[in-house]
Amino acid sequence: MIERRLDIVVIGGGAAGLAAALAAKENGVDSILIIERSEELGGVLPQCIHTGFGLHYFKENLTGPEYISRFIKKVQDSGIECTLETMVLNLTLERQILAVNASQGLMKLQAGAVILAMGCRERSRGALCIPGTRPAGIFTAGTAQRLMDIEGCVPGRKVLILGSGDVGLIMARRFAMEGAEVKGVVEVMPFPGGLDRNLQCLRDFGIPLYLRHAATFIHGSDRVEAVTISRLDDKGQSIAGEEKTIECDTLVLSAGLIPENELSKKAGIKLDPKTGGPLVDENMETYVENIFACGNVVYVHDLVDHVTQEGEVAGRNAARKILGNLPPLKRRISLKAEGNIRYVVPQIISAERPLTLYSRVKRPAFNTKIMMGRNITVHKRVVKPAELVTIELTAERLKDLEEEEKLTVNMDTQ
Amino acid sequence: METSVLIVGGGITGTAIARELSKYEVDIGLVEKEVDIAFGGPTKANTAIIHAGYDDKPGTLAAKLCPRGNVLWSRLASELNIPFKRIGSLVVALSYGEVRVLKELMERGRANGVGNLKIVEGKELSKMEPNLNEEAVAGLYAPSAGVLSPYEAAIALAENAKQNGVSIFLGTKVTGVIVEDGEVKAVQTNNARIYARFIVNAAGLFADEISSMAGINEFKITPRKGEYIVYDKDLNGIVNHVLFPVPTPISKGITVTPTVDGNIIAGPTAHDIEDKNDLTTTFTGLEEVLEGACKLVPELSIRHDAIIAGFVGLRPQPTTEDFIIESYREPSGFVNVAGIKSPGLTSAPAIAEMVVDILKRDGLTLKGKDDFKPFRKPIAHPIRDFHPTKAERLISKNPEYGHVVCRCEYVTEGEIVDSIRRGATTLDGVKYRTRAGMGRCQGGFCTPHTIRIIARELGISVEEVTKRSDNSRVLPYSAKQLLLEGEEE
Repeated sequence: MIERRLDIVVIGGGAAGLAAALAAKENGVDSILIIERSEELGGVLPQCIHTGFGLHYFKENLTGPEYISRFIKKVQDSGIECTLETMVLNLTLERQILAVNASQGLMKLQAGAVILAMGCRERSRGALCIPGTRPAGIFTAGTAQRLMDIEGCVPGRKVLILGSGDVGLIMARRFAMEGAEVKGVVEVMPFPGGLDRNLQCLRDFGIPLYLRHAATFIHGSDRVEAVTISRLDDKGQSIAGEEKTIECDTLVLSAGLIPENELSKKAGIKLDPKTGGPLVDENMETYVENIFACGNVVYVHDLVDHVTQEGEVAGRNAARKILGNLPPLKRRISLKAEGNIRYVVPQIISAERPLTLYSRVKRPAFNTKIMMGRNITVHKRVVKPAELVTIELTAERLKDLEEEEKLTVNMDTQ
Repeated sequence: METSVLIVGGGITGTAIARELSKYEVDIGLVEKEVDIAFGGPTKANTAIIHAGYDDKPGTLAAKLCPRGNVLWSRLASELNIPFKRIGSLVVALSYGEVRVLKELMERGRANGVGNLKIVEGKELSKMEPNLNEEAVAGLYAPSAGVLSPYEAAIALAENAKQNGVSIFLGTKVTGVIVEDGEVKAVQTNNARIYARFIVNAAGLFADEISSMAGINEFKITPRKGEYIVYDKDLNGIVNHVLFPVPTPISKGITVTPTVDGNIIAGPTAHDIEDKNDLTTTFTGLEEVLEGACKLVPELSIRHDAIIAGFVGLRPQPTTEDFIIESYREPSGFVNVAGIKSPGLTSAPAIAEMVVDILKRDGLTLKGKDDFKPFRKPIAHPIRDFHPTKAERLISKNPEYGHVVCRCEYVTEGEIVDSIRRGATTLDGVKYRTRAGMGRCQGGFCTPHTIRIIARELGISVEEVTKRSDNSRVLPYSAKQLLLEGEEE
């Protein structure tokens, strides 16, 4: 068995992992390995052939492959070692990694620091508990996207999409552009889940959006033949007599992403039940020393630009840690989300320096305010679940922060 | 085509009979209407329990065959090289009133020859099952109960039967039974007529229809629908035994049990329906399963996030209420093995022995084979089993065993290829043999890869790959095709 020692091992070669590895290298660490389980680097981006990437980071409107190829090229140019089609089987708190691939077999790696960048997975039909038959023709959006944009197959001709998040909206357009008939996008909430700019996808192709509806039955014994959707009342219960059966051969599920933390859990790294990701401090270090995390494995981001930035924070700090330049946080203030705030990341801050917090709200709200502890109030004109809410902790605001070990981040909605 | 014994049905019963008969010098055929073993019905979807044998009314066939089957499974599972865990079962009394039922079951067990039962209470019970409902008063503990995978078992039985000379005809549906002069002669199928001296009807849900074709109309099979939910392996350890509530008149109730693969399953409901093809899950069924499961293990009420799948199984409930395993004066040569509901999986090896006895009695000469091969080589999965030395050895011989395709269940390309060479032709066939796609993402990541591997190995196009049957193509259209057709319109 191959046994190696490395300064930094990055688990996952998507946007977060690539940015982390590059930042670590730029900050003076050379012994770095990126482990990627797919056959190419880039995570989900190579299959995201639509535009909208890089508006913040590069101030350019790029496709997914264009965005990520810049990082892939940089990684290749900088000589950072990558191993593809390699699966990490185990990770310990002492940062021992067991991985396997076809060409090298099993390998045991001892890392000085580990950066978790495993990304997320999609909720399946089973997890969504949609009743009905179990035919062919049910795909998660990511699988459908891969089939279309990497494998060159169109999974269906008459398509119903469940979930109006960004992925669902983009896939509606993608299917329409490929010549399929998109029968509609179904959303359980009374408001769409995606960014405003992506709602244009539906308007452009005249695709109906069924808000406050749920898929309540899948028909078809061998292949999907139809899906029944039902209107929901205010409590989320389906209203009898308000069903509609939509003929289709394909159901695409875009109903939530789950940070992929099986390795973290098995290792014993503490997770935040609200985000589904590891609890991290402002250096993106988890509760386990020398294990960092970034990107969608921490919480599901809206924009890859933020994933990249977060990867850079994790990579830079992992490098500083290896080189002995990362002093421990003087204070560890844990933040607790309350009220309309579903979660806030990082969960641990030091209040030593200015910082941006990212939070997700449960419901949309207008002219609202976020309270941090008793003294800090941040006004927000519009907040919605589709868009992360940033809280800028400026030097000024930090002065007002109380001397407490725990602070709540709250938003009242009337 | 001609055989001495033709078995109708490639479920657990048919394959167990085929494998048992393959110990003898006799021509055996098995027909299955679906494209793969265990695809048909009850075998692919049940609670996957090897029961101890205390449930069934003394004097019934089920009461006789279940305890015997339970004993036989130890050797059979080890010969077939399939995982089998005797984890024991507990029937849980949630009130003092229910303790009486436990005592009745214990008595029944004694009458059925299941002597090692005991009632556990208090600390002993909570030590055995720390997450059990606190209101639990007592449990009837049956140490000999166990769990195995029924489809894996049926597939393994079929493989081993084939190794020993049994001819298996898949995608072959019996459309008629030909009887002449009071004797069975052949079955007509959608493909060909197969002549046989003996016809063994192990057609599960459809056994009444096959029986009618032979002129025997003494019973009907009603599908008794059972819904289940499957939990993530994350919950492994939340229960340690097969947990039953006290039984109802028509079912053993909604159980919570670990599976042999490390998931937790809950179910089944029990509703008699008419449609033998109704495999639809329902909201009410889901609620019923959850309610039953949470009664035993309250913590499950906050673990809906860990549900990864739901499915339906149909038990072939006979109007006679008991297994029907018999031959007839007329037509001679016809053997019914019908109404094999629970505990059919447990009983299967004992049923197979009984069928062999019936065939002998009815005049089939059965001479033992000198070269019977009892052992079946399993599909190796050292990565899933976390067995580094085995994995090293295998990868050095065949690098495909180092390429993990299904991330959730750690299934490698090597295993998928092996499963296809053993007979899998569909996504479900690969899934049942390797677990690729059976994990928490339910095939989200591995499906495109598995499709490609199936296409490559079978020499077919990606468009031709199906989920489980000819009509269930996963990717019927290539991108170009759809665009070109759009232009024509």
